[in-house]
Amino acid sequence: MSASGFDVQTVAFLARLKLSLEEEDRLGRQFEQILAHIDKLNTLDTSNVEPTSHAIPLQNVFREDKAETRFPDEDYLSLSPAQYKDHYEVPQIIG
Amino acid sequence: MHQATLTQVRDKLRKKEISSVELTKAFFKRIEAVDSKVGAYLHLIEDEALEQAKSADRKIKSGEDAPLLGVPLAIKDLICMQGVKTTCASRILENFVAPYDATVMKKLKEAGAVILGKVNMDEFAMGSSNENSAFHLARNPWNFDHVAGGSSGGSAAAVAAQECVASLGSDTGGSIRQPAAFCGVTGLKPTYGRVSRFGLVAFASSLDQIGPITRTVEDSALMLNVISGHDPMDSTSAEVEVPDFVGGLERDLKGLTVGIPKEYFADGLDAEVEKAVRAGIQQLQSLGMKTVEVSLPHTEHAVATYYILACAEASTNLSRYDGVRFGNRSEESDSLFNMYTNTREEGFGEEVKRRILLGTFVLSSGYYDAYYLKGQKVRTLIKQDFDRAFEVCDVIAGPVSPVPAFKIGEKMEDPLQMYLSDIYTISANLAGLPGLSIPCGQSSGKLPIGLQLLAKTFDEATLLAVGHGYQQATDHHTRFPEL
Repeated sequence: MSASGFDVQTVAFLARLKLSLEEEDRLGRQFEQILAHIDKLNTLDTSNVEPTSHAIPLQNVFREDKAETRFPDEDYLSLSPAQYKDHYEVPQIIG
Repeated sequence: MHQATLTQVRDKLRKKEISSVELTKAFFKRIEAVDSKVGAYLHLIEDEALEQAKSADRKIKSGEDAPLLGVPLAIKDLICMQGVKTTCASRILENFVAPYDATVMKKLKEAGAVILGKVNMDEFAMGSSNENSAFHLARNPWNFDHVAGGSSGGSAAAVAAQECVASLGSDTGGSIRQPAAFCGVTGLKPTYGRVSRFGLVAFASSLDQIGPITRTVEDSALMLNVISGHDPMDSTSAEVEVPDFVGGLERDLKGLTVGIPKEYFADGLDAEVEKAVRAGIQQLQSLGMKTVEVSLPHTEHAVATYYILACAEASTNLSRYDGVRFGNRSEESDSLFNMYTNTREEGFGEEVKRRILLGTFVLSSGYYDAYYLKGQKVRTLIKQDFDRAFEVCDVIAGPVSPVPAFKIGEKMEDPLQMYLSDIYTISANLAGLPGLSIPCGQSSGKLPIGLQLLAKTFDEATLLAVGHGYQQATDHHTRFPEL
């Protein structure tokens, strides 16, 4: 755990990434640098600033609730690495 | 013919001075001759392209017309084209064949374009040099020891190396404008929402925008005419009027004002780049435009803000690559958890992992307010800087990149330095503005230098008119590298 609170192993677990020891070490050091740069944002007083999530004002858009045919399910299913009948197949989850 | 502009090619096709099949074959020959050195293409679609060319020739013969009828183009490999591989230059999508056309692909096809192939990029558009492609490098056609830029390095290199007439790229933090500048071609990032993102593989959804890379501003206007417009399939695409961008090019520039942000000419800007860009601004003055100094005080915070927000969005967007619904899956998977981690370990390159980790961190419990929310607030300040600047000017002019194309390998060991090289392009994405990159000179090392123009949201018409006026008065855009 570093001063910034960034713990590369914990974050890798959250992101479902596996890192080698060498990667952990290198990335950990790079993040120290990157976060030190990012921490400069703390010199700005933003207490009265509204956050922006989209540059262009957006409103939630609802289309008419109308059923449309897009592509057959099997077109999508065929993109998956493993299928069983008309389902995606994954390693066993419950023992 | 390889060096002709899109507008010239289209006229020759219409006048039947050349057929689309001849042209398409000539480009494949050119690709065969030079692409082993340039590395612009990831995959060619020769049979389909020739079919499209034949169909275009038939239409031309029967008197039909369409804006891009018979014109050979290249497409960045993160835009879905039905039945064709879309890899995002990533191992994880190495075998992914798109089940549908992106909206822009549909529009290009309807406009009669011939698609030669899919072009190289940094993996998932993450990078500024094209060195993060999982497959091979795209080199700068002006000097093979230098990078083509990124992330749309293949799109820019293919146009510069005359391996297509024009191309599509995407720009999240400068990924169209910077490679266009590095390769000496014209690149346009439209306003966020101008072009549908449906079928564009997402990197950072609030910043990504598709745009053209071309030989001239006039060609960019023509491409933008084709790809713009609201799309019900993309709820962030804007319902705004699409003017005729080509028709608006000849506008009188007298009376328009160019804003020069003092922060864009500060420390870190290469002297040769500064000289070329200042000469470019002088040229705009000689076209009758006034200049005014403006200030974008939060520029120094743009890179930090961008990497918080772009990485946060990327970490979310890329969570879909888990080996279940599409993409590759690791063979070594005895449990579901291991399948996820092994698949992502094998499938993603280091830059992608770095950004997913950073994004996951800034969104994680306990750090969200300190980083992500802070980033969103500084984004507001950056946007307000531009709002204020555009009260006194019509376009903003400055450099695209602080340096000309750097050497291959030069910045790979230091990601922060690589990120900081995007300082002048990133703000436009955060503020949603349209940006244009046009060649304005060369370094002593014979590498192109780009002039960046920015305009108000949805004011591409002014941006393009200024760029076109500049190109009418100069010849930087007419130079080609010797390969």
